[in-house]
Amino acid sequence: MTTLPAHKMLLDTTHEDPTRRAPLVLGDHDFGSVTETVCRIVERPKPPRAWYVAFAVSVSLTGVLVGLILYLFVTGVGVWGVNNPVGWGWAIVNFVFWVGIGHAGTLISAILFLFRQKWRTGINRFAEAMTIFAVICAGVWPGIHVGRAWLAYWLAPYPNQMQVWPNFRSPLVWDAVAVGTYFLVSLMFWYMGMIPDLATIRDRAVTRIRQMVYGLLALGWRGSNRQWLRYERAYLLLAALATPLVLSVHSVVSFDFAVAQLPGWHTTIFPPYFVAGAIFSGFAMVMTLAIPARQFFGLKDIITMRHLENIAKIILVTGSMVGYGYGLEFFIAWYSGNSYESFAFLNRALGPYAWAYWIMVTCNVAVPQLFWFRKCRTNVWVLLGACILVNVGMWFERFVIVVSSLSSDFLPSSWGYFSPTAVDIMMLVGSFGLFFTLFLLFLRYIPMVAMAEVKSVMPQALMEGTGHRPLGDYWGDMPHPEQRHKAVDAEARS
Amino acid sequence: MTQAASTSQESADQPRALWGCLVEFETVEELLAGAEKVRDAGYTKWDCHTPFPVHGLNDAMGIRPTRLPWLVFGAGVTGAAVGLALQYWTNAVDYPLVISGKPLFSLPANIPVIFELTILFAAITAFVGMLALNNLPQWYHALFHQPRFRRVTADRFMISVEARDPKFDPAETRALLESLGGSDVELVED
Repeated sequence: MTTLPAHKMLLDTTHEDPTRRAPLVLGDHDFGSVTETVCRIVERPKPPRAWYVAFAVSVSLTGVLVGLILYLFVTGVGVWGVNNPVGWGWAIVNFVFWVGIGHAGTLISAILFLFRQKWRTGINRFAEAMTIFAVICAGVWPGIHVGRAWLAYWLAPYPNQMQVWPNFRSPLVWDAVAVGTYFLVSLMFWYMGMIPDLATIRDRAVTRIRQMVYGLLALGWRGSNRQWLRYERAYLLLAALATPLVLSVHSVVSFDFAVAQLPGWHTTIFPPYFVAGAIFSGFAMVMTLAIPARQFFGLKDIITMRHLENIAKIILVTGSMVGYGYGLEFFIAWYSGNSYESFAFLNRALGPYAWAYWIMVTCNVAVPQLFWFRKCRTNVWVLLGACILVNVGMWFERFVIVVSSLSSDFLPSSWGYFSPTAVDIMMLVGSFGLFFTLFLLFLRYIPMVAMAEVKSVMPQALMEGTGHRPLGDYWGDMPHPEQRHKAVDAEARS
Repeated sequence: MTQAASTSQESADQPRALWGCLVEFETVEELLAGAEKVRDAGYTKWDCHTPFPVHGLNDAMGIRPTRLPWLVFGAGVTGAAVGLALQYWTNAVDYPLVISGKPLFSLPANIPVIFELTILFAAITAFVGMLALNNLPQWYHALFHQPRFRRVTADRFMISVEARDPKFDPAETRALLESLGGSDVELVED
């Protein structure tokens, strides 16, 4: 292993050295300065100009989405490109895409919590926010896709004058239950994690209105240790419940396809392959949001390069799993000896949708391979570009699955080619507007880093200097910040 | 408005009830050492206030684990039972639906809904149960009168002892808290 000069090793936490544990928060932060760094983002009287520009664009696009939904309701689903044989068009593609995006937030907040991955504390709050907003964006589509959206409540099991109940053996009902549960559990998990930080904002409030609004939301939190005891236990329980939940949600979404008889859909690999793809696309979205957020809001000490590098590693792993899934689908199609199945896959790669298939393979399998190289994992432009491509690729994956199988199934006489309309395209763009509107409001009004959690993994919280370190040795044998100053000064002089 | 003003005037004239006593620390170590002393002095109605969960503090305070996990377990079992009963009764008893000639009730097809309801019931109980056991929401509290208390959600650590503790004595408790090495011991009115 090459050794770096001491000061470089201190500032560059992406350097792997198994004998040292990298600090999670850079700079000479104490509890007060972490509070200040995070709180001043929501406390400044006016956000940066870039925020206004982004917000104006996002709100306009949300308006486009709302207008087009009204147009759809008034006119009917004929405004979309759906027709026989492709009855599930962009609406379902978008639904699966957005639900998938949400999965990374839960993975970071729940699964990494159970695995004691303490680096998650810097990014979990806005990853969870991303989950909530992505699930909201996802929830739009099945609702409006049913044709008569005002009857969507028929999915709920309630006693009615028709005396009929939902068919609980249908994957579409499973889907409604799974996504509904996922939304509620994610919302509770997110809100619960925010309570201590909302109390911080309440206690720093200088105007009466802020004090009252944040005070109401903070529910009277006093940071009492008797409260923390139950709070931490509840947090652990929610994490333990959300972990199987998140794995189940995309499995259930994949059942919408896998339980059908259609060639290309009826495969047992779908649940794990959907879950891997969901986490893959979600982490790419976390990265896409984290890079500008840490840049514009001065959070580079808390969301460090090491965080981004860790995310890149997860993208590499899940992207390779997805690539394995693509390969295995072909193998099973051949190995099954089923001519319809074999045709479905050859048709994907070589048929009328080959362009979409190869966009998918390039973006999802080839692009993440960049992250084998440390130079690529630590360059924000490479990270940002690759992650946007991954999101494009994952949208196309759902497009390929939904559209190619429906367009060419058993009977060649009923084959068809799907083309989106302008309404389809603008509604997808509009859903990004809705997502970014919600996300920008979140950045403005809610602390985007879980302050209480970040403080609890700082060396000062772990009784540095008393020889009593219950949770692990966070500084390891790294020199104390003061010594680091000296090293940096010496470097500057020389 | 005038009535409210006169009420506050009256309460200002009367001596307000004593709520307890508060002491402030700057570091986790001081807090832990202080908590152990308050615990050993035999107080029961007291608490530590911290900006983040401090590990080791439960032992230093000598507080018992919470019964929340049992509530969550019970809710999870209830959710599973509700999910099973709902699907069996609606699809196989109240309005039998024959779909593709498949059995009216088949456990594998009913697992997803049972699973989701198990998680949903348990998660709601974990969240609501945590708030209920913590007496939250509680928007009024005597400690919120203390301007210093605002820093407890940022970077300070405090110990509060309530006046309703049987061992509480304004002078004695104050002396104990002053001996802990913290700063600004003060009595808190309700």
